[in-house]
Amino acid sequence: MDKWPKSILIAVLLGCLIGSPFVFQINPYYYDILLGIGISIILAASLNLVNGYTGQFSLGHAGFMGIGAYASSWVTLSYGYCLGANTTSTTTVFLLALLGGGLMAGIAGLMVGVPSLRLKGDYLAIVTLAFNEIIKGVIQNAEPLGAQRGLGGMVQHTNFFWTFGFAALTVYVVVHLVNSTYGRGFLAVRDDEIAAEAMGINTTKYKVLAFVLGAFFAGIAGGLYAHFKQFIHPEGFNFLRSVDIVVMVILGGMGNTAGVCFAAVLLTILPEFLRSVSHYTWLPLWLQQIAENRMILYSLLLIVLMLTRPQGLFGGLGMPRRRKDVEK
Amino acid sequence: MIEFLQQLIDGFSQGAIYALIALGYTMVFGVLRFINFAHGDVFMLGAFAGLYLGPRTLKLFGAGPSYIGAAAVMLLAMLVCAVIGIIIERLCYRPLRERPKLTVLITAIGVSLFLENFGQFIFGANPKSFPELINNRAFELPEWWGQFSALTITISQVLVVAVTLVLLIAMRHIVLHTRMGMAMRALSFNPVAASLMGINTDVVISFTFGLGSALAGAAGILISIQQPSIDPLMGVNAGLKAFVAAVLGGIGNLPGAALGGILIGLLEYIVVGYVSPTYRDAIVFGVLILILLVKPTGLLGSSEREKV
Repeated sequence: MDKWPKSILIAVLLGCLIGSPFVFQINPYYYDILLGIGISIILAASLNLVNGYTGQFSLGHAGFMGIGAYASSWVTLSYGYCLGANTTSTTTVFLLALLGGGLMAGIAGLMVGVPSLRLKGDYLAIVTLAFNEIIKGVIQNAEPLGAQRGLGGMVQHTNFFWTFGFAALTVYVVVHLVNSTYGRGFLAVRDDEIAAEAMGINTTKYKVLAFVLGAFFAGIAGGLYAHFKQFIHPEGFNFLRSVDIVVMVILGGMGNTAGVCFAAVLLTILPEFLRSVSHYTWLPLWLQQIAENRMILYSLLLIVLMLTRPQGLFGGLGMPRRRKDVEK
Repeated sequence: MIEFLQQLIDGFSQGAIYALIALGYTMVFGVLRFINFAHGDVFMLGAFAGLYLGPRTLKLFGAGPSYIGAAAVMLLAMLVCAVIGIIIERLCYRPLRERPKLTVLITAIGVSLFLENFGQFIFGANPKSFPELINNRAFELPEWWGQFSALTITISQVLVVAVTLVLLIAMRHIVLHTRMGMAMRALSFNPVAASLMGINTDVVISFTFGLGSALAGAAGILISIQQPSIDPLMGVNAGLKAFVAAVLGGIGNLPGAALGGILIGLLEYIVVGYVSPTYRDAIVFGVLILILLVKPTGLLGSSEREKV
């Protein structure tokens, strides 16, 4: 059972490689949604490592995404021309920028991970939220990054191949890490921190590692996002964006990567679907308006889900090994 | 010097409002050990209750703005918020009481988002101007104050501080000298033992939510008198700041919440005046992180018994 993620990774990568020449032929609107889905999968799968597998409730994932987006944009905007204009070198710069964005976000993750050693549950959620707001505040004041005006002018490097390639990589790393002997520590920290500590697991290390890795991938997602939308704004990485990602993880079932990825797909398509619903004039006006405001639905979904099915819509349906944990 | 004093005065009255909201956080935390994320949005609902009920209530007490009318509006808003708080607890938090904390936390975030977005849906997203409940103007300071007579102190600022003080004393009385207050303290000390002693925990928890939400409602009216432009998202930032205040003072500790509120208000205005307005939020949150790292129990710690 542990072997399938690797084969899936290879299959997805091959699929991306074969598919990428053809996806340009589809409707640009669907292409946009498709890339959005890939980025959402990276964000949700990486947050799932922190929130789901390690049980550290983080509400600041969009902050890491923002760091990655700004750092990578800064790299491509500053050094994009250095290596000449042929495809290979621009791609190299783009990948280096993504890596740089990921690393910057990872460093920020370290800074958030360290307080997490002392804090639990509600407090941790608030502190991560606070970090998110601080990151936003710093960007808003950083003149070289466009401050309040936002940052634009990036070239659209992000394409189908890179987006889904990184999505597959993220899912692969998360699933494989958690299912490895080493990675069982994440689950142990989540299930019972004191017991884990008593068994000789270095809970500190696992918590920080979860934050750093989660932030790293969020940073990469941010870089992809920046080079896909070609314009980023500090408000795009606020608390509500974090909530979007948290909803994906909760809906999919915390600690269930397959469910979380599915939820990421669903929740990326849903706003587009709702947008089209809001144009159906035969619906009552209030229904149209509710459809336009997806956050009303998200929040109701969160409440109802927690009241009736706290393991998430797909929790307990994923990989067999997880089912045993949920039942406990 | 004058400028600095002015910032302190403005910050103090802003801090008094944070203190009122922070009391709600602290009380609920004391009893249930969880952070009611939706508390800031109850504060917003208080302001909107004033917006809709205000003009009608004022008419009952004569035509123009009056203190007695303002007091009636505030009491009404407190009542509305108390009912809303109790309903939220009944519908969303009570069924989850035995569940893991994370579940309750996520629900609370959901309730908060729901109130914000449903508020935007019902009230409209644009800021609304709040009716004039009192004739708000600056006091004319006497000449013999010398250079200090250049300070601006408005009626609303004095009112905010006075009302907060009265409510704080009332709260202290309820918690320390009534049977319900004793039950609240018992519950915060040991919920199981409290229920074994015959305390109806459900009633006490509902009461706590009602009380906290009423304070948030009062804060909503007070802030609208000071800054008469309200919108459905006004509770987000105020709620977070008040939470920081509650943690700064020591969550679960009533005087701590008041102290924390004042300190955060002062800090905010000093940052706005002397650093940069855009750093206002970031610095307040920085303070939160700093406290949690250095002294998670807050300034007034919570080792003593007075924990509700």
